[in-house]
Amino acid sequence: MAETVQIKGIREGLLISVAEGDWPAAEKDLLSELDRQKDFLHGAKLILDVNGHGINAATMGRLRDQISDQGLSLWGVLSRSPLTERSAQAMGLATRIHQAEAREEEQAAEGLPAGAEAVLVRRTLRSGASIVHAGHVTLIGDLNPGAEIIAGGDVVVWGRLRGLVHAGAAGDEGAVVCALDLAPTQLRIASHIAIPPQEREEPSPEIAFVRDGQVVAEPWVPGMTIK
Amino acid sequence: MSARVITITSGKGGVGKTTATANLSAALADLGYKVVCIDADIGLRNLDVVLGLENRIVYDLVDVVEGRCKLRQAMIRDKRLEELYLIPAAQTRDKNAISPKDMQRVCDELRPDFDFIIIDSPAGIERGFKNAIAPADEVIIVTNPEVSAVRDADRIIGLVEAEQKGPAKLIVNRLNDELIERGDMLAVADVLELLAVDLIGIIPEDQAVLVSTNRGAPIALEPKSRTGQAFRDVAKRLSGQEVAYAETNGTGGLFGRLSKLIRTGGS
Repeated sequence: MAETVQIKGIREGLLISVAEGDWPAAEKDLLSELDRQKDFLHGAKLILDVNGHGINAATMGRLRDQISDQGLSLWGVLSRSPLTERSAQAMGLATRIHQAEAREEEQAAEGLPAGAEAVLVRRTLRSGASIVHAGHVTLIGDLNPGAEIIAGGDVVVWGRLRGLVHAGAAGDEGAVVCALDLAPTQLRIASHIAIPPQEREEPSPEIAFVRDGQVVAEPWVPGMTIK
Repeated sequence: MSARVITITSGKGGVGKTTATANLSAALADLGYKVVCIDADIGLRNLDVVLGLENRIVYDLVDVVEGRCKLRQAMIRDKRLEELYLIPAAQTRDKNAISPKDMQRVCDELRPDFDFIIIDSPAGIERGFKNAIAPADEVIIVTNPEVSAVRDADRIIGLVEAEQKGPAKLIVNRLNDELIERGDMLAVADVLELLAVDLIGIIPEDQAVLVSTNRGAPIALEPKSRTGQAFRDVAKRLSGQEVAYAETNGTGGLFGRLSKLIRTGGS
């Protein structure tokens, strides 16, 4: 895929950056990228960073409809172009808030090894919601059945984990999954897949990892360290 | 007067959206409000059947949108209640015959003349759902106490939140006390624990509903029916009154916990 379109998770949803250049071409790249990834992104809230592209209200409206046809919702548009900002505002789309935070996150990520950048998501992920991120993912809220988190690194759920989590999705066997109540539909770490037992005890914080080629979950105990 | 537009939806089919729409609309009209209900299930209309108005249809929603008639001409007055109107769906077209903008326009035209506009959404999350949700001020989700219906309700709540129409309210329909007692059905508290939204009604399972929908006479208008009472209670709650929930095994004893869940619900 062309480098014109970049997708990253931020707190409010997914930040999609479109590079400078010819808009019709960039728009085409954007839509084909969304189409390619629509199964991953389904149900996500999008914030589009179009840089300097000037987009009029008609084009913006069409774009929003096309995005919603993909099962996504356009939530905000960031741009340096006053025309784009006006069209976005006219349609009731957010045009700020995130920009500063997105930069902050980028800076915070410096100094971490490549791919280890983390995102924090603070809401309930309902059925159909999906977070896909190359680094670690922390969710403050519940992960309901039918929702999923696919992460290159670790996944921490401060809440009830009842959906699907794939940690170490790029093959990291050392990835872990922690949750206050670990009751996933299915849990994957790297290439291992686990289906937890139906019978459950009282919910307690647990951590899951791969040991001897199997996904195991252990209660969290104070002072515990995971290699 | 400016109407509240309330869309009734569920994700899953067959959970009782149309029944809920018909009964809520009738109960609200019975309380003295001016109510119009709109069947947004184009191609699979049945709100008219449930209300017993099928044989009075001349024009429908698509005729209005495509300019073949005036809005007033497509509004069918209920045969029992003076202040209840129905705008039926077209049966020979499909969901693509109208757009979310059309729905907004129709509702904006109706708003000044009514207290409530109740929209019956089709099942699913596609165009028909988007049409139904577009003009909504409020959304009511109907679910049954079964895992698949709750899963779909959860998905729909997420979509409603994304459209910034939330917080959605919940009707748990077809609650069967016996099954809950035997541990074979989810209780209301289980449903609320997962969905984390405000409850607005609990409707018991009742064969009389089937009879009333077949007859085209909403059960909400039968004074002696327990199920009718449950629908009338929802209407009262919608109009701002506080109405306690009838004691059933699916709820009894759990209410301390339940109200806590309601309070901490949403996201």
